[in-house]
Amino acid sequence: MAIIGPNGSGKSTLAKLFNGLYIPTQGEILMDGLNTKKQDDIWKIRQKAGMVFQNPDNQIVATIVEEDVAFGPENLGIPPEEIRRRVAEALAIVELSEFADRAPHLLSGGQKQRVAIAGIIAMRPECIILDEPTAMLDPVGRREVIDTVKKLNKKEGKTVVLITHFMDEAVQADRIVVMEKGRIIMQGCPREIFKKAEELKRVGLDVPQVTELAQDLMAEGIDIRPDVLTVEEMVDNLCRLL
Amino acid sequence: MSIIIEDLNHVYMPNTPFESLALKDINWDIQDGEFWGLIGHTGSGKSTLIQHLNGLLKPSSGRIIIDGVDIHGKGVKMKNIRQKVGLVFQYPEHQLFEETVERDVAFGPRNMGLSEKEVTNRVKEALESVGMRYSQIKDKSPFELSGGQMRRVAIAGVLAMKPSVLILDEPTAGLDPRGRDEILDEIVQLRKQRKITVILVSHSMEDIAKLVDKLAVMHQGQMVRTGTPKEIFRDYKGLTQIGLGIPQITELMLKLRERGKNVPADILTVEEAKAELLNHIRRKGNA
Repeated sequence: MAIIGPNGSGKSTLAKLFNGLYIPTQGEILMDGLNTKKQDDIWKIRQKAGMVFQNPDNQIVATIVEEDVAFGPENLGIPPEEIRRRVAEALAIVELSEFADRAPHLLSGGQKQRVAIAGIIAMRPECIILDEPTAMLDPVGRREVIDTVKKLNKKEGKTVVLITHFMDEAVQADRIVVMEKGRIIMQGCPREIFKKAEELKRVGLDVPQVTELAQDLMAEGIDIRPDVLTVEEMVDNLCRLL
Repeated sequence: MSIIIEDLNHVYMPNTPFESLALKDINWDIQDGEFWGLIGHTGSGKSTLIQHLNGLLKPSSGRIIIDGVDIHGKGVKMKNIRQKVGLVFQYPEHQLFEETVERDVAFGPRNMGLSEKEVTNRVKEALESVGMRYSQIKDKSPFELSGGQMRRVAIAGVLAMKPSVLILDEPTAGLDPRGRDEILDEIVQLRKQRKITVILVSHSMEDIAKLVDKLAVMHQGQMVRTGTPKEIFRDYKGLTQIGLGIPQITELMLKLRERGKNVPADILTVEEAKAELLNHIRRKGNA
């Protein structure tokens, strides 16, 4: 699932409510029947839902990659052999096994962010919440992180909540939630959401360039779908017309 | 104001086991009033390069000539160079430090030794050129503002020194689409009003394509290409190989060409694409 919305719309606040970093003033948040309001549940909830933040440099605590990834499981009191197994597995998932004994500060932004993700995976959460994990990365770093996130969801079966300002990332989600001024104003699959370009623009969001083009062409009377999301789809649609 | 870079090399930590060549044989000619984009993946040398432009880093060899003056020549005061060349770092809001917005923006011009009246004028003008109302914002603490507003205040702090060259290192990172468009629009306006030279470092190929006149591409410490966005973004493969991309709309047009459609390869914006495709579709419809 992706959450989009302008700055200050409440996306990050919502994310922090998910794993009990904030407690609801009113209402309840239930995760697998556990309630973030109950002191006894909160540690279980944080093991089930791991968070990754925007700035990789603020999330790395150790001077060697594998030690950094081991930090979470160590704090869970897991036996050393098990930790070693989990670290190796987590690094394999984010495709950084060969970097296990490197210093994190010498890695690229995308790699650092993947180390942060590995640190979360090593705690074996069922859900991973990522708060703008690609905001500080270059195009390659962004692609690396998004590919890793998709892999976690599709192959490892983790529930993923991705907060992002990049519409081309949101397009890849199964479901999108749009927030404005602390409320959820729309939710649905990417096609339903991005079809409403005007409404998204009104709240200060955007649609992918190809979606905008499709809707512009439609407005000119061209027979084209308004819910085109990717370059490939648009190429297919246009080839029919050209 | 023009900037000419001649055979610039920069070695980090020379004469140590960590020695590395960060910039290699850079030659770059920036004419007065031009709007340049600078792209390259993380670690390609963009930030190292722009820190040379206002003398924060000194070249290991080569020259930087600003308005005809070699900035590392004898008797050149670095303070003057830094007033002419304003550098807005990544996440500049982290550098806000004063108790009020007014004092923060005034810090630069006050250090230039201007009269209080002139300082106030400049603060007003700078805040207004980033879309903020001086009277409403001046007494607020910068730390009670939203992220986008903090960034504007930080940019105003550089503008208040009235630089002739403005360099912005990823000014829109982390902003939402509207915040991004507002800041970019303010940069365009500023350039029109003050006729300043602007260098924009960005990872957003869409933004770069829309705005700049010329584009420089960095890779592994070298400036591998310079040209207009239309020239540069034609080369999808080359750019992808060095970890960059092209605007989505340009990619669309190139893929249509691969499928044998006779559309131009140098489309950079949705508007251009729309006009071009409408033309094609209607011509076919009439045939």
